[in-house]
Amino acid sequence: MNYSSKVWCLPADIDTDNLAPGAYMKLPVAQIATHTLESVRAEFAASVRVGDVIVAGPNFGIGSSREQAAGVLVELGVRAVIAPSFSGLFFRNAFNLGLLLLTCPQAQLIQEEERINIVEKTRFLDDHTSGEQNMKSHVYMIETSGGHRLECRPIPDFLMHMIELGGLINVLKFKIQNQLIKINT
Amino acid sequence: MSARPLHHPQTLAQKLIAKSAGLERVNTGDILNCQVDLAMFHDSSGPRRLKPMLDSLGAKIWDTSKVVLVLDHYVPALDEQSHQIIKFTREVAKQWRLPHVIDSEGICHVVLPERGHLKPGMLCVGGDSHSPTAGAFGTYTFGIGATEMLGVVVTGQIWVQVPKTLSMHWSGQLSQGVSAKDMMLHMIAKLGMNGGAYQAVEFTGPGVRALSMAERMTLSNMSAELGAQVGLIAPDLVTMDYLRTTRNDLSDEFVKEALNIWFSDEGSESDLFAFDAATLCPQVAAPHSPANSAPIDTYAREKFNVAYIGACTGAKLEDLRSAAKVLKGRRVSSGLKLLVAPASAKEQRVAEQEGTWQVLMDAGATALSSSCGACAGYGFNFSEHDRVISSTARNFKGRMGPSSVQVFLASPYTVAASAVRGELCDPREYLS
Repeated sequence: MNYSSKVWCLPADIDTDNLAPGAYMKLPVAQIATHTLESVRAEFAASVRVGDVIVAGPNFGIGSSREQAAGVLVELGVRAVIAPSFSGLFFRNAFNLGLLLLTCPQAQLIQEEERINIVEKTRFLDDHTSGEQNMKSHVYMIETSGGHRLECRPIPDFLMHMIELGGLINVLKFKIQNQLIKINT
Repeated sequence: MSARPLHHPQTLAQKLIAKSAGLERVNTGDILNCQVDLAMFHDSSGPRRLKPMLDSLGAKIWDTSKVVLVLDHYVPALDEQSHQIIKFTREVAKQWRLPHVIDSEGICHVVLPERGHLKPGMLCVGGDSHSPTAGAFGTYTFGIGATEMLGVVVTGQIWVQVPKTLSMHWSGQLSQGVSAKDMMLHMIAKLGMNGGAYQAVEFTGPGVRALSMAERMTLSNMSAELGAQVGLIAPDLVTMDYLRTTRNDLSDEFVKEALNIWFSDEGSESDLFAFDAATLCPQVAAPHSPANSAPIDTYAREKFNVAYIGACTGAKLEDLRSAAKVLKGRRVSSGLKLLVAPASAKEQRVAEQEGTWQVLMDAGATALSSSCGACAGYGFNFSEHDRVISSTARNFKGRMGPSSVQVFLASPYTVAASAVRGELCDPREYLS
């Protein structure tokens, strides 16, 4: 079996200033991205490759509402971030920008030398819904070259739609084009 | 709104979401679309990010009367890039004909209630992580990023997953020299930076009821540091008295109804955390996390060369008054700079009129502009190896200057006392 993604392991509590330092916030995302994680892993921004995956400890993305903290990872081509827990605000921002976050209670079993595959395991109808409409959810599994198979928490379908289309702005475009929402023009 | 059957008690969070989703009641975990009553964004998260995206959609703001733009992050403009951001923001505000623009008059979370934009029962979003501050007024308010704000200004709606409620119950009352900031640092130490797990925190009990609106705002403000989505406080007569000074549309009927609805029903489901305000002592958070909070004695003899009273968290009028109580008739230590960046220009004028401001200046404080300043780290920053005691909310590595800067967080009382001593000092020594 081929394992496609290289892994970058990071500690717990990676905050939004680690990801997008305040001093560079005036700059476009592409330039902020050259400073991503420089206070934690100086070589990260220059060495990370498109398709790499970040595996982190709990509370990834705590701090500011600045979505550039997720934007820099998209800019650098990071395919997904896997962690036992995320800041709720960062979680929303990441999906809004098309960055896949996988909540995986056992994420810390993954080692930096390993390579991994992210595979969709099941889709099911979630009962966490508002009355009549049922909501589809997606469950992902992480397979590591070291032999681990780790299950991730379900992700609601409307969030996966954002990943598939590349973020909320494209979802809005899709909905406007298909007249699924009314807008002021 | 009709009375709910007793066998379906709802939390304050559930009631606020139900109202905005147009439902009678909601269940924890439900994902719902809510109508947004107010959207606030500032010069960093607002027009410069929103306009290109709005234009690419060919869309306009759904309802400009429900939008408030605050210029507070890049003002005063200290360099050319900041100048350009501010210029662009002002031009777009005109082009969009925004009726509510607050320009260089203070920090968004403080000027929002000050200018009468909040009242209980609203669901609001803000393009800033400290937006939960507005929860002190019985509103369901949370921070979002710029792209999510795009979704709000295009559709007027936002999705919410109905949270659990974590009830922070404070018995007793704070003693002199101890403040809401100390309560908050203590709660963050107990629960951790993400202990709120994006659920609703509600501050309850006599220790909270006894607080002024400014102090309640400090609690709700730092719900962000707990990782909660919102930090709610049920409105009471203190809330209504404050609102009467900022709005002229507060009918007796509204007040009566609001007090009748906006609280967590008895028997509603919440996780209870119990604290005692009476025995709480001043708290300090060591670098580089608010979760490194401990009773002040833990960090005795820590030395500082900068004391900072600033931000929406720690430089409201009442925070300035607290500092002045300590600083009256005293001077800051010779090896230390005390910087004061008031949270609101209007409140600064009150401080000037009543003499509070003069006390700070006589003590040797340096006045900074009424904006986010060093707390955001976007303009003015601290220098290499500075050791700072600060009334702000967040002490992440590299946030307020170079990575070598060491920031300790404390209440305005403790910051002022430490400024006098040149090292960490329990403010109660100066307040007896």
